[in-house]
Amino acid sequence: MTRVVPLPRPGLWLGSAVVVVFAALVALSVFRNPNIRHGVIAQYQFAPAILRGLELTVVLAVLAAAIGLVLGVVLAVMRISPSAILRVASAGYTWLVRGTPLLVQILIWGNLALLFEYLGPFRTNDVMTPFVASVIALGLNEAAYMAEIVRAGILAVDRGQVDASLALGMTRGLAMRRIILPQALRVIVPPAGNQFISLLKATSLVSVIAGGDLLTAAENIASANLHTIELMLVATFWYLVLTTITSIAQHVAERRLGRAHASAHGGR
Amino acid sequence: MVRAQGVRKRFRRTEVLKGIDLDVAAGEVLCLIGPSGSGKSTFLRCVNHLEQIDGGRLYVGGELVGYREQGDVLYEMHERDVCRQRAAIGMVFQRFNLFPHMTALANIVEAPIRVRREPKREALDRAAALLARVGLAHKANAYPSELSGGQQQRVAIARALAMQPKLMLFDEPTSALDPELVGEVLAVMRTLADDGMTMIVVTHEMAFAREAGHRIAFMDDGVIVESGPPRELLSEPAHERTRAFLSRLLAQPAR
Ligand SMILES: Nc1ncnc2c1ncn2[C@@H]1O[C@H](COP(=O)(O)OP(=O)(O)OP(=O)(O)O)[C@@H](O)[C@H]1O
Ligand SMILES: [Mg+2]
Repeated sequence: MTRVVPLPRPGLWLGSAVVVVFAALVALSVFRNPNIRHGVIAQYQFAPAILRGLELTVVLAVLAAAIGLVLGVVLAVMRISPSAILRVASAGYTWLVRGTPLLVQILIWGNLALLFEYLGPFRTNDVMTPFVASVIALGLNEAAYMAEIVRAGILAVDRGQVDASLALGMTRGLAMRRIILPQALRVIVPPAGNQFISLLKATSLVSVIAGGDLLTAAENIASANLHTIELMLVATFWYLVLTTITSIAQHVAERRLGRAHASAHGGR
Repeated sequence: MVRAQGVRKRFRRTEVLKGIDLDVAAGEVLCLIGPSGSGKSTFLRCVNHLEQIDGGRLYVGGELVGYREQGDVLYEMHERDVCRQRAAIGMVFQRFNLFPHMTALANIVEAPIRVRREPKREALDRAAALLARVGLAHKANAYPSELSGGQQQRVAIARALAMQPKLMLFDEPTSALDPELVGEVLAVMRTLADDGMTMIVVTHEMAFAREAGHRIAFMDDGVIVESGPPRELLSEPAHERTRAFLSRLLAQPAR
């Protein structure tokens, strides 16, 4: 067989070399930095307080994602409904929630007692604990983004699928559940995965209402021992673990959905 | 079986159906032909209430489609009742519209199980028999993407038949197919016709219309211009418009 000599590409080599050297310098500056106490990091990386914060962050993210998904589907269906009132209500909700900072929403929910002293028969402060306020604020915010993602997914499904479902005698609801949403999933999963990663990180914002999440836990310890950077690195490590797991799960889900029906394009 | 009286349909400002009068007897195979945009698809979609009509009356099996009539007033039907009516009317689309996330078998049993609430075992058995009937017993577990166009359309026919309809609507069932696949689909439709199924078939396959059709109706610009037995209509159309359309159609190569 003849030997193949690849085209020399000096630019590619030079670029790669620069990147490797730069990465090495950054790593060194962190690990050799005399201002970082590696002992402190080791001490707190698996500390019970940090792990409780981590657990709460995961619970918060999962609950908020669940609320976001359910409410997001409802909002998306409202958005494409024949009723103008439902359409406007859904669009208005998205406009309001996406148009204001999440931090502000969290502060409002966390301080709801200043607005309403009582919620029905209950004292607001008894019901709206920092945890509840965090779940509600994150879930409602998530819903606005999921609504757009789900809507795009539904619109990506061929109209003929609705026709075929209705022609078989299915109700609109059944067609949506059994035929449209399962197909929309292929379009929904990639952006929904990204959205969940954003959500994982956004949970850190609830530290402003003492939400008890990972960042709150790290901040509490740091304010006592003043090792701020070390504790931020402790938290950073756990956030990276969570987002990495999510990315892998997202990748697997996309692969499996892609395999199950390469068909939507294969069929004519 | 089907009775259309002055059926009208408009999209925004344009009137697409301008008073369709048509009767289809039980067991009759009616072929509907006409130029593109004349409203053939729209009429079929009105018959199973995928589109609401704006005027006239449309009956299937003696029942008003989509409405309840009391005195002079038409009341729109509840979704459940519309679905019950649609379940008794099979429809086959130009682009098959199989559910791509389900196997051939799952496509067929979906509506019998979810809509008619048939026992699973029974539905599966009947689906397998239907697949055999359209010559695809060996493709039960194939996804639509793994089937040729002709095979997909035959599954789509089996899916419609699984609801045991009393009327079948076909909207250009072979016009998205490669020429060599047209025959297998027409053959299945022919056996249906022979079994006495009432069918309305929008098609430009004149050989099929001539041999399997009991009657051909020519539609143009939102009205039925004329209808009659295939031989008469094809050899001596009464109207100039029909003649012009037929000569254009027959001047083209086979499809
Ligand atoms: N949903 C819709 N909204 C607006 N106009 C429509 C809609 N569906 C159909 N039309 C219009 O109605 C007219 C008739 O369409 P239809 O599909 O019934 O024609 P057709 O006879 O089936 O034509 P073809 O042979 O091309 O399938 C066309 O002018 C089309 O543009
Ligand atoms: Mg058409």
